[in-house]
Order: sequence, then structure tokens, then C-alpha cells
Amino acid sequence: MISFNTLNLFLVDLLSFLPDKLVFTISGLIMSVAICTFLIGLGSVYTWFERRVIARFQNRSGPNRWGPFGILQPIADAVKLLIKEDIIPATADKMVFIAAPIIFLCTTLLVYAFLPLGIDSQLGNINVALLFVLGITSVNALSVFMAGWASRNKYATLGAIRAVAMLISYEVPMAISLMGIVMVSQSLSLVGIVSAQSNIPFIILQPLGAITFMIAAIAEMSRAPFDMIESESELIGGYITEYAGMKFAVFQLSEFLAPIFTASLFTVLFLGGSNPLKFLEFLPIPGILWFASKSFVITAILLWFRSTWPRLRIDQIMGFAWKVLMPAAILNTLLVGLELVFIRDNYILQIIINMLIFVVFIYLIANILGQKRLKLKEPVPSELANMDA
Amino acid sequence: MYGLGLIKGLGITLKNILFLQRRNTTQYPDRKASIIDLAKLDNKNFISYAFTNPMKTLKSMMGMIVISDKVDQHPRFRGEEFSWYEERCTGCASCAKFCPLGIIKIVTDQTGKNYAEGQNYDIETFDIDIGRCMFCGLCVEACPYDALHMGSGFEEGQYKRNDLVIDVERLKKAEKKPSHWFRPQLEQKDDYSPFDEEIAWDKVGRHQKPSKKDLKNKWIRK
Amino acid sequence: MSLNSELVTINFGPQHPSMHGVFRLRVTLDGETIVDLEPVFGYLHRGTEKLAEERTYVQIVTLTDRLDYVASMSNNLAYVSAVEKLCNIEVPKRASYIRVIVAELQRIASHLMATGFLLNDLGAFGTPLMYCFREREKILDLFEILCGARITLSYMRPGGIFQDTPQEFWNNLELFLESMPNQIDELESLITGNEIVLSRTRDVGILTPEQVIDASLSGPMLRASSVKWDLRKANPYEIYDEIDFDVPIGATGDTFDRYLIRIKEMRESLKIITQCINLIKPGPVRNEDVPLIIRAPEGEAYVGIEGPKGELGFYLVSDGGISPYRCKIRAPSFINLTLLKEMTAGGKIGDLIVNFGSIDIVLGEVDR
Repeated sequence: MISFNTLNLFLVDLLSFLPDKLVFTISGLIMSVAICTFLIGLGSVYTWFERRVIARFQNRSGPNRWGPFGILQPIADAVKLLIKEDIIPATADKMVFIAAPIIFLCTTLLVYAFLPLGIDSQLGNINVALLFVLGITSVNALSVFMAGWASRNKYATLGAIRAVAMLISYEVPMAISLMGIVMVSQSLSLVGIVSAQSNIPFIILQPLGAITFMIAAIAEMSRAPFDMIESESELIGGYITEYAGMKFAVFQLSEFLAPIFTASLFTVLFLGGSNPLKFLEFLPIPGILWFASKSFVITAILLWFRSTWPRLRIDQIMGFAWKVLMPAAILNTLLVGLELVFIRDNYILQIIINMLIFVVFIYLIANILGQKRLKLKEPVPSELANMDA
Repeated sequence: MYGLGLIKGLGITLKNILFLQRRNTTQYPDRKASIIDLAKLDNKNFISYAFTNPMKTLKSMMGMIVISDKVDQHPRFRGEEFSWYEERCTGCASCAKFCPLGIIKIVTDQTGKNYAEGQNYDIETFDIDIGRCMFCGLCVEACPYDALHMGSGFEEGQYKRNDLVIDVERLKKAEKKPSHWFRPQLEQKDDYSPFDEEIAWDKVGRHQKPSKKDLKNKWIRK
Repeated sequence: MSLNSELVTINFGPQHPSMHGVFRLRVTLDGETIVDLEPVFGYLHRGTEKLAEERTYVQIVTLTDRLDYVASMSNNLAYVSAVEKLCNIEVPKRASYIRVIVAELQRIASHLMATGFLLNDLGAFGTPLMYCFREREKILDLFEILCGARITLSYMRPGGIFQDTPQEFWNNLELFLESMPNQIDELESLITGNEIVLSRTRDVGILTPEQVIDASLSGPMLRASSVKWDLRKANPYEIYDEIDFDVPIGATGDTFDRYLIRIKEMRESLKIITQCINLIKPGPVRNEDVPLIIRAPEGEAYVGIEGPKGELGFYLVSDGGISPYRCKIRAPSFINLTLLKEMTAGGKIGDLIVNFGSIDIVLGEVDR
């Protein structure tokens, strides 16, 4: 059975003529480089996929000139960005300016370090992998701020400050909504979480936590409907105003890798990772294919959201994070804790209670936050000028 | 309410991508042909086409065969070219007088020759500058002899700005496919379509020459 | 210790991805809130009114096409009605019916464009825009059947329209009328119930009826503030007095009401077109007594019609020659713009874009 561990052992065998420490380092390095290259290639292919699918949503064809079905379009984009002049503003802070896109790309790629891509297929297995993933995604916010600050541009800094405010306020519900999973699976390691879902995936068991995590993750990667960073900051610029050429390409690549890693994370945490579906267990499909297809479905759903919904305003985004998602995450944790104490083994009762509370929660929050304000009123003609009277 | 409006919106876009398969783009001037398009051109079903022309099938799967994609045009289309019948033109320069931009330049015979009544002027220069023309068709409306018509073509781009001025030689040699704009007599002919073939000068007018009374009433009235 | 903050002035420049043409705004901000707003326009001024003094009355029809280049039939209609009032020219009945059909089609096309671009500014990545433009393409195809061009039409002449409609036009119009109500329903279900659109546009840019009447606004902006005034019913022109339709008004006067009124007006336009098709009879479409170069008697005339953006009016002064002495254009977008500062003061930057999109301006009209 092909898995990363067997590949690793094979490489170790191959390199056994070297001293011990070097062997493991080099085999790990080869595997990491292979995965990183694959991911960057996947990111480029994802740009093509996104443009074609969004175009089909809009009744038109996407890029279809270069190569069959336009598959060579990312290469054309990459070449265009490569041959552009790489400008660094004269008063910018050079080190920070150059470091910002690199850190952005690295944090995006590092998430894959401990993700279990199949049965027994992960680059490493530490017992605090979830904490590592959460920590790495917050360094994203830091690199956004570095980009805005180092540009020495008043408007870029303003845009970056607003972006950072949004990013750090969505990390809180993201982290708290994962406490439910940790409590059920009794471990912080991603391999443990995947194996704890061998009976039921957590999305059915904890719908409130899953939806909260999904919304917070969409905001973390600043895609629609939370992409005010790239829009209203059009007016002010946004943190990538001063970037051109290859650095801009690195930012764009990381931004297009974000849905893929969010989808992978969501699959591992809530959909059972590489576990096969219960009723299709007899088919001899390797675990990594299950993982890939589940991630693909989630990526397509994220794309669907992006092409349909308009964006929210910055104060509405912040209000949403603190007034809706935080209570949801805390409520989820409370519920799961109580259920673990009282009805630990009765899964069906847990599912029913969780779903009911989910629906009731949406109803309550909508009414408390002023749902009635959005209802339409009957128009009454004004007395000042009425052509009927 | 309660997020249901958002989900209805999602349903609409899903319906558009799954069920409304027709793409609304016309890929002008040519698009990549798929096997089904090529088979339709040959009136075969695509499996038999694949067996009889294997090389072309392979090439079309690689995206290397193009077929032209035309834009739908209607007969009254005001194109960028002009159809001018020199047998009908008398050199009266009504079109030049009526053009709002003044881009038609007509210079008739400067030798001072004596013309008899009813004879056409000899035309030396007849320039239309389509670099500035707005294709409003007022010149066509003004011509009393139905000598100038709008054309149906639209691919008149040139590399130099001076080449955009159509002179009398080019007008004489151009294809005479007048569009139906402001020419109801052409619309009533069932056998003429401005995209198929040319039409001769004696079939294109309402009448041979307008009477003096007509000219006087239709031009300027005190 | 007190915080020291200062006001920032930014320039929403003439070239901008989310602006409707070359229009410049200078905005003074206090943090996120807008304190002051100063519009600067004139980047598209082409001297239409002066050019009109050099051209004959029929040649000016081509100039008026390019004023509100999105809705060119309405401009033609307003100008031609003014010339007819000045010279006492009679219009045959069939020409009147065709003019109304074409004007209502143009109203639908203009409102589709306004809605599509409002949602594009809101950030919906172009999907509602593409759906709106898909319908607008059908209307522009109908116009191509009629007069050979899609946007700069110059279809009308003083004394009627310039050529009768071919049979293909009526067939395609029937197909269009069958499919359009479903498309408007689809558009509404995508947008009207959407919570994000509601929360971005409700209670944003509210104008009271007093403000609106004092500033002489017109069109959907007037009706959104619950003032029931539509020139098609108040001063009927053409054959609008024979046709039965409603005038929708809004409840509060915010941007959502303006959007909703445009959708409702599209449905009313479909009703009007259906009634006209049933009432039309064959006959002449052009007054044959009108020459190509008209010499108008001395006098003046003003005619205002209900265009898609408001009241579009032409004021012609003639001194007996073949060109007007003065042609003044009352452009609705220009006058609707004057209340931009009152609408946005105290709001956020995100609201500015939404407000601006809901006024629905076209720079060709503002700058003439």
C-alpha cells in the first residue's frame, strides 16, 4: 500500500550510505520539496479552474485560447508577471518589503506539513498539530501588515490596518469552534481527529461548530463575501498597492492557494479526511483519493459562494464576528461539553439535539440583531406632490 | 430572512450552470472546433467522423483546428463601407451638404465645361473619411437619386489613418452590397439580401430620376 | 491625553475601476466616516449645446443620441417632440405607438444596466451584471433589426420615425415578451431577498420628500421618497393617456427602494408594450410634408419626457432660421447629482459607492 511512510522508508533505504542524521533530513527534504512543488502547480491550475467555472456561472466561456480548453493560461499569466519590472519604492523598508510575500507563501504552504493526506500519509505526526495549524494561519495576518507598513504609503497602511483588524477578529471563533472536536476526539493531533471520525464525520455531529468554522475560515482567507480588503481598499489602495511583478505573483498565488488549504483543513477536521464513506467502504479506493475528492467538493462550494454573493461592509464584518460567531462557537463548546458528560455514547440523540439547537440559534440571533429592520414596508404616497390628488 | 435569501441566490446560479447550457459568447473571428462541430459541418454523427478522419479528430482534441464564428447581422445594419453607384450619381453633393460632420468631400469637374440639362457632373474627387464618420446615415437619407447606400461590412480597419479615407477609385471598385437602411424598395425585393450577392445599379432605386417638383419639395421649403 | 486625529482628503479620481465614467470626487474623511464631498466633473464635455446651434434640426438628432448614450431612444424622443411643438408638426398615430414601444424597450435596457452595475459595485463579482446584460443584448438585437445600430440609434425624425418596422421585429418582440418576465423573476430572486444586499442598501442614503422636491429631482429618485409623480401620467405625451399602467413608489427613500422601483418599472414597461401591440394599426409612419431641412417659425418650446433617469427636457429657441438659436438640455443625471453630499454625509466609504450607483448617472448627460 503506497503511503508517505512507505515512500519515506524507501527513500531512507536508498540513502542508507549516508550518516544517520543526514539520511532523515534529506529524505524529509525531498518529500517536502515534492509536495510544495505539487501544491504550487495545483495553485496555478486552480486559477484556471476558477476562471472557467465562474465564467460558466455567468453564461460565458472562460479562457479557452491557449492550449486545449485554455489549460495553458496560467503559464501565460506567469510569464507575463515574470517579465514585468520589479519596483521597490525608494523610501520603502527594503527587508520587510521583500520578506512579506515570502512569509505569506510560506505560511500558506506550511499548513500542509502535518495534514494527513491518506492513511498513514503525512509528512510528520506531532501531537499538537491542530495548534500548529491555528498558529500558522495567524502569521498570515502579520505578513499582511508587514506588506502594508513597508510600503510607506499612507493609504496602503490604512488598508492593511483594516485588513489586520478583520483577520485577527476572525481567528477567535475559528479557534473556539474547534474545541468541540478536540473534546470528542481527545487529541490535538490531526491523525487522531481523523481516526476519531471513523463512525460519524463531525459535520453531522456538530453542525454549529462546522458552519462557524467554515465562515471564519472564509473570512480568514478574505474571499467573498468578506473580501473588502480587495475592494473598498481599491479606493485607498490595499496592502498590495506597491507590489508589482513577481512579488505580486507570489501574493496572488498564495491567495489562490488559500481555498485549497481551507478545503483540505475542513475535510480533515469535519468530513473525515481520508476515511471512506460508510456505504462505499468495499470499493478499493485509496485514502488519498477520498481526501482529494472531498477537498474538491468543498473548493467548488467555496467557488460557488464567491460567484454569487456581494460583499459586506467593514463594520458589518466586525459586528458579525463578535456578535454572531463568537456566541455560536461558545455555545457549541458548551453543548458538546454537556453532552459528553451526560450522553456520551448515544450518537443519535446528540445529533438531534445539536441540529435543533442550531436552528433555534439562527432564529434567535436573527431576531435579536434586528431582523425586523429588514422587512419591507408598504409605501404611502407623500402629500407634498401627488399627481393623483 | 434567516439566511434563506442567500440560499435562493445560490440556487439561481446553480440553475444557470447546470441547466442553462447555452453560452452567450460569440467567439469572433474564429473559435476552436470540437469534434461535434466538425462532424456537424460534414453532416455525420461524430463517431463515424472520428473513424473516417482520425488525424483531424486528434488535432481538434488538441485544440488546433479553428472554424470561423460569425456575428448575426440584420439587413438594416449600418456598416462601415459605402456602396456607391456611379451610374446613378449626378454629383449634386446633397450628401456632402447634409453630413453633420462634413467629412464628404466632392469636387466636380473644374474645367468649366458646359453641361446640358439632365447630364451628370464629372466627378473628380469623392472622399469619405470613415475615420471620423459616425455612420448616422444622414447622407444616405439625403441622396435623391439612391446612388449612395450604406454597406454591410464592418471590418474596415487599416494601419494608417490616411488609409481610412475612401477615395473615388476605391468606391468604384468596392463590392456593391447595400444594406436596407432607409431603402424600403430593397426590403420589398424578396430575392435580395445584403450578405449574399451584389445588385446592379438599375435595380436599386425607387425611380430613375426624381422630378423637378419632387426635388423642390423635398429639399428646402420657404 | 486626547487623541489627535486629522481629516484625510482623498481623491476618487477620474479613472477608477468602480466609477461610472470619468467623474472625480474629492472626499474628506474622518477615520471611516465621510465629512465632506466635492464632485468635480466636466471631463466629458463636448459642447453639445453649442454644436447644436450650427446644425439643422434633423442633424441635431444624431447629436442627441450621444447625450445619454445608454438610452438613446429617449433622448431622440424628447428632442423630436420639442421640434414638433415648435413647428406645429403633426405625428401620425402609428408613429406614436411605435415611439412608445421603443421608448419603453429602452427604459428596460437602461434599468437593466443600472441594476447590473449597482450589484457590480456591491462586489458580486459580475454574476448579476452578466445576467442583466444577457437580457439587454436581446433588446439591442431588436434595435438592430429596426435601425441598423445598437446604441447610437437616431431612429426618430420630426414628424414620426424614419422608416417602418419590418415583420422580423414583431416576431422577435413576441419572443422577447414571453421570456422577459421569467428573467426578471430570476433576477429578483437572486437579489431582492439576499440578506447581504439588504444590509448594504437598507437605510443608506435616505432622502426625505422635502429635500427631494426642493432639489427638483426626478425619476426613480423622486419616486423612491414616496412622491407619486410620473410625467407619463401627470402631463401625458404621445399616447400614454390611452394606456393603463401603475406607477410604483418607494416607502423610505433609501437605495434599496430605488433598486426595487427600477425592477417594478421594468414590469410595468412590459405591460405597456403588450397593450401597444394590441392597439397598433397599419398606417403611415412619417409626416410626408416635413422637409429635410426645416425652417422653424420664430418662438420657443420646451418639452419634458419621462426618461429612464428622470425628466429629460429640451428647450429650443428659434429665430426663424434653419438652426436653433439656443438649445438647452435639461439633463436628469446632472440635477440628480446635486444631492450626493446630503445623501452620504455621515456615512461610510462603503456607502458612498452604493449611493453613487443608485443615482444611476451617465456622464454623457452630466457633461453634455
